[in-house]
Amino acid sequence: MFWIQAFVKIALIVGVLVNMAAILLWVERKQSAMMQDRIGPNRAAIVVGSMRIRAAGLVHSIADGIKMIWKEDWEPTGGDKLLYRLAPIIALVPALCLFAVIPFGPTLHVSHLRDLWSPEWATETAGTVIPMRIATLDVGLLYVFAVAGAGVIGAALAGWSSNNKFSLLGGLRASSQMVSYEVAMGLSLVGSFMIYQSVQPTDMVNWQMQHCWGIFVQPLAFILFATSAIAETKRVPFDVPEGESEVVAGYFTEYAGLKFGMFASGELVEVCTSSALLVVVFLGGWQLPFVQNTGLEFHYLGIDVSWHWAHIVVVLVGLLTFIVKVLVLVFLQLQIRWTLPRFRYDQIMMLGWKILLPLALLNVLLTGFGILFINGFPATGAMTP
Amino acid sequence: MTATTKVIRKPQRTMADQSYVIELVKGLGVTLKHFFKGTRQMVTGTTPDLEKHPYADGIATVQYPEEKRPYAQRWRGVHRLTHRDDGSPRCVACLCCSTACPAQCIYIKPAEYAEGDKRRGYERYPEEFVIDELRCIFCGFCVEACPCDAIRMDTGYHMTALDDRASFIYDKAQLMSHVGQDGTQKSANPRHEPGDPTHPGVTRLHGGH
Repeated sequence: MFWIQAFVKIALIVGVLVNMAAILLWVERKQSAMMQDRIGPNRAAIVVGSMRIRAAGLVHSIADGIKMIWKEDWEPTGGDKLLYRLAPIIALVPALCLFAVIPFGPTLHVSHLRDLWSPEWATETAGTVIPMRIATLDVGLLYVFAVAGAGVIGAALAGWSSNNKFSLLGGLRASSQMVSYEVAMGLSLVGSFMIYQSVQPTDMVNWQMQHCWGIFVQPLAFILFATSAIAETKRVPFDVPEGESEVVAGYFTEYAGLKFGMFASGELVEVCTSSALLVVVFLGGWQLPFVQNTGLEFHYLGIDVSWHWAHIVVVLVGLLTFIVKVLVLVFLQLQIRWTLPRFRYDQIMMLGWKILLPLALLNVLLTGFGILFINGFPATGAMTP
Repeated sequence: MTATTKVIRKPQRTMADQSYVIELVKGLGVTLKHFFKGTRQMVTGTTPDLEKHPYADGIATVQYPEEKRPYAQRWRGVHRLTHRDDGSPRCVACLCCSTACPAQCIYIKPAEYAEGDKRRGYERYPEEFVIDELRCIFCGFCVEACPCDAIRMDTGYHMTALDDRASFIYDKAQLMSHVGQDGTQKSANPRHEPGDPTHPGVTRLHGGH
C-alpha cells in the first residue's frame, strides 16, 4: 500500500510539474506581452477541418515541444560526450526531486472520508492515513538544500563539456552564483527553524496554523529567501550565467533539442518549487486564515463562529489553497523577471556576500534574541529546548 | 577665458532607494498596471483603434493578415492599367511612362488599330505592356508622366513574395486585372472617344500639319 501511494504521488507530482513547465512557458510569454502592450505569440494552430484552434497561444507550447523532439541532436566536437549528455539530466532531476518533501495538503484520513466532521490535526493517527507529500524525511528542509545544491553541478558540467569558451564562462558564472546564494538561502531559513523548532515542513505548516504565518514573524527572512531563491533559478535579475549580450546563452549555448528543453523546463520547474517552498515556510502552506483542520474557526472580536466541514472538504480546500498560493507566487516571480533589469556580475556577488549573507546572520541573531525575550532567559544558563 | 563648469551631483540615494525593495514594489506596480490593462483589452476585445487614436495607450498590434490598416490615398503600390468603358486599356502607347521611368522597367510594344477602327489614326494601343516589378523602384514617375491616366499605382497591393523571377514580370493581362483601392478598374477622369461631339479633338489625319 505504501509503495502504491508513493508511486501514485510521484507520478502525480512529476506529471503536474512537467506540464506546469509547458504552461508556464505560455504564461511567461503572454504575461510579458500584456505587460509590454504586446499581444504575444498566437499564430500556432491546430487545424481541424476548417477550424484553427489557437487556444490563445497555448498551442505554441505544444509546437515547441514537438520542435524540440525533432530537432537535430547536435553535439559539439571535442567536448566530453558523456558529461555533455549527463549535464541536462543533472540540471532537471534535482529540480523535480525538490518537491519530494514539500507537503501540498492536509493529511487524508481514509477512514473519515465519509464523515461529516474532520479529525483534529494531531490527535488522529489511527487507520489508513495518506499524507499529502511524497516522502517524510527526518532531515526535512535540509534535504531541499542538499538537492538544490546538486543542480549547480549540471550547469557547471554543461559549461565544461561543451568545449566552448562562452559555455565555460557561463558555467563558471552559474556555479559561482549558485554557490554564493546557497549560503544566504540556507542561513535565511535558520531563523524559521528556530521559531518552528523543526526542520519538517509539515510541522512548520502546523505551527503556522496554530500561531500565524511565517512571513509575519520572519519578514526579513522572507525577502532574503525569496531573493536567493530567484537567484538560484538563474532567471532574469540574476541571469548572468546565460546573459545573452555577453556569453551568447551561457552554459547551454551548445545544447539543442530536448537537451536544451531540459535546461529550460528545469528552470521553470525551479520557479514552481521555490514558490512552493516559500508558501510552506512563510505563507502557511495549505492553510487558509481562520480555517483549522476541523473547519472554519473564528473566535475574534467577540464573534464566535465554529463551522465544521466534512473531512473531504477540508482536504480539498487545503489542496486548492496550496495550489492557488503557489500560482500567485509563480505569477509574482514571473512579474519580477519581466520588471527588473539584469544585475551586473559584481553587483550579484556583492548582493550575495556583502548584503544577503550578513542580513541572514543578523536575522538569526535577532530571532534568537526574540525567542529569548518571549520565552524568558533560562535561569541557570542551561538551555533546554 | 573663463571655463564654465557645470557640476553634476551624484544622485543622492536614500536608504529606501538603496534597499531596492520599495523601488521593486513600485516597478511591479507599473508592470502590473500594464498587465491588467492589456489583459482587459485582450479579453474584452477593446484594443485601441490606432486610426482614430494614434497615441492611445494599450496594445497597438494589428493582426496583419486578418486585420489590415488602410494605406494612405497616395501610397504607391503595384501598378494597374486602367480600363475604358469597353474594357480595353486606356493606354495609347505614347511611351511617356517608359521614357520617364528611371529604372527602365517598362516595355511597351505599340501597335496601330486595325483598318476601319475609328480610333485608327487617332491613337495607338499597346500590343504588349510589360513591367519588371523587380526593377521598379516605385517612384511613381510613370503615373505622373501618363497623359491619359492609363497607368496608376493606387491598387494598395504590395509586391507579393514569389519564388521565381519570371513571376515578377507583369504582362498586360496581369496589369489590367488589378483593381484600384476604390474597387473599380476604371479611372475617375473622363475620357473622350473619337467622334465625341463635345470634344472633337484633333486627329493626325486632320491636324492640318
